Amino acid sequence: MTPHRFTFDGTPLTAVPGQTLAAALWAAGITSWRTTRHRRAPRGAFCFIGTCHDCLATVNGRPNQRACLLPVRPGDTVTTQEGTGHDPVR
Amino acid sequence: MTPSADLAVVGAGPAGLAAAVTAADRGLRVVLLDAGERPGGQIHRHAAGQAHPPSLHGRRHFAPRARRLAAHRRAGRVTHLPAHHVWTVVPHDGADGAWALHAVAGPDEAPATVHARTVLLATGAYERHLPFPGWTLPGVVGAGGAQALLKSGLVLPGRRVVVAGSGPLLLAVAGSLAAAGARVPAVVEAADYTAYASGLPTLLRNPGKLAEAALHGGTLLRHAARLLTRHAVTAAHGTTRVEAVTVTRLDRDWRPVPGTSRRVPCDALAVGHGLVPQLELATGLGCATRRTPDDTPALVVDADQATTVPGVWAAGETGGVGGADLALTEGEIAADAIAHALRGTPRDPRRTAALTRRRARLRAFADTMAAAHRPGPGWTGWLDDTTEVCRCEEVTAGRVREAVADLGAHDARTVKLLTRAGMGWCQGRMCGQAVARLAGEPPAPDRRPLSCPVPLGHLAAPPTTDPTDRGARA
Repeated sequence: MTPHRFTFDGTPLTAVPGQTLAAALWAAGITSWRTTRHRRAPRGAFCFIGTCHDCLATVNGRPNQRACLLPVRPGDTVTTQEGTGHDPVR
Repeated sequence: MTPSADLAVVGAGPAGLAAAVTAADRGLRVVLLDAGERPGGQIHRHAAGQAHPPSLHGRRHFAPRARRLAAHRRAGRVTHLPAHHVWTVVPHDGADGAWALHAVAGPDEAPATVHARTVLLATGAYERHLPFPGWTLPGVVGAGGAQALLKSGLVLPGRRVVVAGSGPLLLAVAGSLAAAGARVPAVVEAADYTAYASGLPTLLRNPGKLAEAALHGGTLLRHAARLLTRHAVTAAHGTTRVEAVTVTRLDRDWRPVPGTSRRVPCDALAVGHGLVPQLELATGLGCATRRTPDDTPALVVDADQATTVPGVWAAGETGGVGGADLALTEGEIAADAIAHALRGTPRDPRRTAALTRRRARLRAFADTMAAAHRPGPGWTGWLDDTTEVCRCEEVTAGRVREAVADLGAHDARTVKLLTRAGMGWCQGRMCGQAVARLAGEPPAPDRRPLSCPVPLGHLAAPPTTDPTDRGARA
């Protein structure tokens, strides 16, 4: 199967069809894609089953998507989520 | 008009899947709602792009039931609604059933409602976590999470992975990681496996379970992983990713023994302290709970797997964590009982007796394990005041302790009101056990009016569309 192409913070990456965003990022050596609201600490995936909500990412402009549940779709644009994901664009 | 379902099953793991196909075998019209894209639950995971879960248990127990499910779907006896996360179940006053199940469906979070005469809750379990300094660092993952990442994502959490916490899952996870090519320098288990000795007769009645343990143990030996019992990872170190962990010996109460710490380099840590039943749909309905031997709330069920709320049954981990074989058995018992209750379908006494004996044997084994891996009170000794306890709201152990010692909080709810611990996205699933213990009470049963995030619009306008209608036409 042809891998799906997507981008993370502008970097082109690929995912096995059916692979979740968290797995695809992890496979590329990326283990954090969010900063917390208070301490701005880096977070990635922790529980990998949709429970902990640590893995929230902004996908195609929509914040707070659980990367561990969301299958990568071809052409997805993924960006690091800062804080609540609703902070004004700088 | 929509044909009403006789039975709505929530969860398509081993318990829900077994119940759905058995109930359909008995002639019931079944709707199977599941948060996952494919049946199998957390245990039978499909690798990205693969048709079937590769495990032996999967081939033997999952694959035949998945085939029966497919046949029932084709025949219109089962409507399978994947990617449907049920957020509440409420009584429904109508000709089309006694219960309404509200769900959010698919990536677009569309509203969906199913009506049914009876409900079977097979919502499974999630992992119990005890915090320690550094557990929020990227690269620290749940033990079950590491398994999920490997099984369905085909990715190792790291090249050198320490596996730690407590419970039989650790051995399975370490075995899978090592078999997939990771180095596992140590498996760090807080309990002492000699605690199983008190349950020796139960162990001997479960030779299959012992063989499973021996298999995991053998895999570990082949990969030269070290099993350290009565030890814990008491800190993870790193700046943007975990680089090493501190491993410390524990006393019988899980209190760290001073002067026994050593540093183990790694690029990932898979950590978990057993599983806790996912109960919010059941407690929302008023189902009574009990405490399992490891102090975890679980549902009270009778010999037929009926909860204390008439019309609501439960099977699998919701009644106490016990593994896939027990879940399958309970699912079949529940389905037979529901068919009998709704249609008077006669039950084969020999089958019922065999299932009941099997359930008793597996439940006893689960209780022995739960007692052996029950967290000791001394684990709070590895927290420092700056350790984040609540990951979502970034609340430290120091603030929780202040709420307890200075502000008079004696339960998790008061701690939450004072500190916001447990108020974030995960709704206390990650920190609830720890906060309760820090507040000096055993963890209370889950109470969450909504079992998952729900768009506000769904709450403002209760959904009326019935996806089984769509399913019937499709």
